[in-house]
Amino acid sequence: MVPISAYLILAAVLFVIGTVGVLICRNIIVMLMSVELMLNAANLALITFSRALNIMDGHVFVFLVLTVAAAEAAVGLAIVIMIFRNRETVNIDRFNLMKW
Amino acid sequence: MNLDTIIFFISAIVAVFGATMMITQRNPVASVLYLIVSLVAQAVLYVQLNSVFMAAVLLIVYAGAILVLFLFVIMLLNLRGREDLTDHSLSMSRFTKYLVSTLLFIEMLFVVRSGFFADAGVTGVIATQPTGFGSVEEIATLLFTRYLYPFELTSVLIVAAIVGAVVIAKRDRGYGKPVATSKQEEPSRRQSTK
Repeated sequence: MVPISAYLILAAVLFVIGTVGVLICRNIIVMLMSVELMLNAANLALITFSRALNIMDGHVFVFLVLTVAAAEAAVGLAIVIMIFRNRETVNIDRFNLMKW
Repeated sequence: MNLDTIIFFISAIVAVFGATMMITQRNPVASVLYLIVSLVAQAVLYVQLNSVFMAAVLLIVYAGAILVLFLFVIMLLNLRGREDLTDHSLSMSRFTKYLVSTLLFIEMLFVVRSGFFADAGVTGVIATQPTGFGSVEEIATLLFTRYLYPFELTSVLIVAAIVGAVVIAKRDRGYGKPVATSKQEEPSRRQSTK
């Protein structure tokens, strides 16, 4: 059998890749997808612990996280559409109106 | 090395490969497709962890709905080849983000090497599970008994997200003035926004 530490390490690696994607990508859509990837890494850790501790509650948490991810994607993409309509770009460095 | 380990390593490599390709692609459509590759590999891992229903939900909701929404938006914005996002500036923010990314990566390697996950409070090897673990019946029982209240709040969240998305993405809006409801006011408002 595969030890659960392997699953947890994979979840950590995926989370770091998502964080790096949020940090270095300039395309706002890819940034949103990186956030989705981070949520997925958290889901994998939840499922792993649920399996290891033999408690089903982790599955319910994953269910709720999926809902939050769907809501976040809908609102985030609406914001992307609106700022693309105003600024004609998806480059995150050009949305600096509220930057000090 | 038995079959479980082989499946795990193949899925893990594919998941990490898809995620890495996603953040390095220039074309956003290719990014979405690589994220789908990564998600399918993660769904295989879910099945390996006895959560078959969650694997199905992951594929249907994520790969089937959310990422198609991303594809729709990319198609709507017509992004391909439209602008060059490469950054050749030597700004402080660019230096900072690469520095933070590198530090985060080193930190992750350090934590993985230190064996922190090996003694995370649970047994190192997954034991065999009783039947029924991860089935739809078990999840539904929990969802409608102990977690009924959070589950109902989820519907409020989704309604709020739908209304928010529609309001944000709506084209014609009166900024700071009441939205025109009668049809006579429609042409004048169109002109003022131009």
